[in-house]
Amino acid sequence: MISFKNVTKRYGEEIVAVNDVDFTVEEGKIVVLLGPSGCGKTTLLRMVNRLESISEGEIIINNENSKDLDAIELRRKIGYVIQSNGLFPNMTIEENVMLVPDLLGWSKKEKRERFEYLMKLIGLDAKDYGKRYPHELSGGQQQRIGVVRALAADPPVMLMDEPFGALDPIIRDKIQEEFLQIQREVKKTILFVSHDIDEAIKMADKIVLLRNGEIMQFDTPSKMLSHPKNEFVSQFFGKDRAIKSLSLHTVEDLQTIIGLGPVDESVQDTKTINIHQDLRNTLSMLMNQEADQVVVKNDQDENIGTITIDLVQKYLHFEIKGKMSASQEG
Amino acid sequence: MNRKKWIGNIVKYTLYALVATFFIWAIANSYFDYIFTQSGTFLVLLRQHIVLVLVSSILAILVAVPAGILITRPKFKKAEWLVSNVANLGQTIPSLAVLALMISILGIGFKSAVFALFIYSILPIFRNTVAGIDSIDKNMIDAAKGMGMKPHQILFRVELPNSAYSILAGIRTAVVLNIGTAALAYVVGAGGLGVWIFTGINLFDNGFLISGAIPVTLLAILADYILRKIEYIVVPKGSRRIEKA
Ligand SMILES: Nc1ncnc2c1ncn2[C@@H]1O[C@H](COP(=O)(O)OP(=O)(O)O)[C@@H](O)[C@H]1O
Ligand SMILES: [Mg+2]
Repeated sequence: MISFKNVTKRYGEEIVAVNDVDFTVEEGKIVVLLGPSGCGKTTLLRMVNRLESISEGEIIINNENSKDLDAIELRRKIGYVIQSNGLFPNMTIEENVMLVPDLLGWSKKEKRERFEYLMKLIGLDAKDYGKRYPHELSGGQQQRIGVVRALAADPPVMLMDEPFGALDPIIRDKIQEEFLQIQREVKKTILFVSHDIDEAIKMADKIVLLRNGEIMQFDTPSKMLSHPKNEFVSQFFGKDRAIKSLSLHTVEDLQTIIGLGPVDESVQDTKTINIHQDLRNTLSMLMNQEADQVVVKNDQDENIGTITIDLVQKYLHFEIKGKMSASQEG
Repeated sequence: MNRKKWIGNIVKYTLYALVATFFIWAIANSYFDYIFTQSGTFLVLLRQHIVLVLVSSILAILVAVPAGILITRPKFKKAEWLVSNVANLGQTIPSLAVLALMISILGIGFKSAVFALFIYSILPIFRNTVAGIDSIDKNMIDAAKGMGMKPHQILFRVELPNSAYSILAGIRTAVVLNIGTAALAYVVGAGGLGVWIFTGINLFDNGFLISGAIPVTLLAILADYILRKIEYIVVPKGSRRIEKA
């Protein structure tokens, strides 16, 4: 758990980079710091592992006040991932990943086992990749190594500053998925910086939306999309925030609420989609679709119905628009 | 690309041919004879030359590398430009002027020569050490700090390995220059192969000149070769630059 208690950061007399920020990242959850460039996301993040000092207020990490802890020890217990991966070119992948365990004095055997486990998490061969150097890996692979390096000593808390920001969209999407998968297994308490709305919606249990160092809203992604607290929030998420919110719902949700269409076995030109697919991707697939019919499959690979643009629109109207208008009245 | 390669090759082989011609000419005129007829003197001068270079270079490394490391620590960051400028200024003073100054302080002989050569070698080593450390990606240092590395761990495990190439290149430059400059040690009576070179010049004796100058050149080439080998061993594989010419 990470609690920010009225945290303020000043640079000199003039600049207030973070202004009286107060929120908590619950155990095992991902909170995304979101906002335009220069709004204080990085500064806020770096105060947690004391790379920046705190001007006012305090940060409590797992019931300990960060300022009472030794900075070096504190950092070794917090995973840190940055956009430019920060891998050390003079060290092999294995040396890079095992750096913190090495600093902590783990045995060779412990390190070896941990390395193999971590590499399995990201689907890279430990034997092959362990001996390589960072420049021998693709950008996506380097960033994955950056992530598992932060996980190496199994820290309870992770800080991630735009970790996927430098990757191209397709690889970014894949790594985000992969990371969420890993998170389901390791359940870290994560503070994650992003300036990408879609990424924030996808990754966050809760979003902190910042402007000029102040919190505009702290809420779950769906609440933030459906109940923007003020003009800035609704403008930040844009007019298409209803569509954006579709990525928070799956085909399964739609099936539960309004049901799927029947499957016409006589239609030849058919494409399939998984029931766990989110509705935003489903919608873009439907719109690009030349097939006459899109069939939904469950985990047992059975056809359970069809989905159409009309159904998605209906769902959007009932489920999401309904909530939004309710919020404006209430 | 191909055209460039062709021109490069032509220049290279022309140079080889010129060098070969020179050697044939020199041997034909028995200009190397002194090396053999006065081999005792030759070995003394050679040893003096090597000792001058070694002592001054090692002292310069011992001063310049730690100084470069120190000046790149956050605490001294602000003093960096001042120190660099002073060091640069030092380099613009002609070597003979430094020698003359040293004679007036340390008197004639070995000490003055070593001191002058030492002063001369400091700058390239210092400058390359600072440049090497400064050129390291700040994000990498940030990651190192964020992972809980202590300052000395960052220095020895990140900064120095990744600037080793630049530091060693500075040392190589300094040593090669030093070997040439050490010929001037003769002027302050510190011996070295400069004795024969200047004798040759004064007496218009190509034999002395070449018997002194060629070993100096070979010494420089040899030092360059050895130091490149050392670079290859010391610089970590991952941070070695693709710099094949
Ligand atoms: N070392 C510093 N000195 C002065 N101002 C800084 C410093 N670091 C950041 N700032 C200022 O603080 C504000 C927040 O910066 P930052 O946290 O990096 O924003 P973000 O990560 O959201 O883009 C910016 O206005 C920036 O100019
Ligand atoms: Mg930032």
